[in-house]
Amino acid sequence: MKLIASAILTSAQANIQFTSITNAFDDLIIFMSLRNSADNAGGTIAFNTGGTYTRRRLLAVSTTVTTDTAAVDYQVNTSVSTANIFSNGSLYIPNYAGSTQKPYSSSSGNENNATTASNSLIAGLWNQTAAITQITLTPGAGNFVSGSEVYLYGITRGSDGIVTVT
Amino acid sequence: MELSQLLNKEEEMAETKLVIDCSNGVQTEVELTKEEIAQRKADLKAYELEEAARLAAEAEKAELQESANAKLLALGLTPEEVAALIS
Repeated sequence: MKLIASAILTSAQANIQFTSITNAFDDLIIFMSLRNSADNAGGTIAFNTGGTYTRRRLLAVSTTVTTDTAAVDYQVNTSVSTANIFSNGSLYIPNYAGSTQKPYSSSSGNENNATTASNSLIAGLWNQTAAITQITLTPGAGNFVSGSEVYLYGITRGSDGIVTVT
Repeated sequence: MELSQLLNKEEEMAETKLVIDCSNGVQTEVELTKEEIAQRKADLKAYELEEAARLAAEAEKAELQESANAKLLALGLTPEEVAALIS
């Protein structure tokens, strides 16, 4: 696993976009620590441009567990979350440079030191076959606030990205 | 209005995105286009509609569970028996 790019926001941003992603790896994984300026705990991912997305979400909010197909790809801390606390999550995209439709999955938690928190497991599919060269992370409303972090890693099968497997 | 609310309001007004060029690591703040702003508003509206439907479905389910519990208790089951039945 090798870090491709990362960012820590120093000001609020409507979205975060990775561009010119190399096709040198087999899979991609994004680690995210995010907070939304609005009271909206859902974030989405978009690959390149266009296409449609389908999702299956397993969502736990407090003690209630539900499943749905909401247009959400990960949980994000919100304006009503405990101050200065950010969400944690990861998003895995296998075979991102291949020529088939692109599945992805995420696990993420809206962290809260007060009362309500949520966790989700999401399996999604982007119905396009182009290699993914651009990824955009967008909050369901508002902006990702200053201090939000994203890390994009490339994964090579059978390798840690540092040691060469022979 | 509290300071945190003011800060949130200010953050909501940002109309830029952070573009990270993975080929060289350069990070650039870019103004959103009119189309992107319009899409953003449309996405928000769609999310709010979906979220409202999800919450309504949850509320309806909770109401049905409460009603079922009450009926089972009225039949003479103990709360423990009801819990065992629906778990």
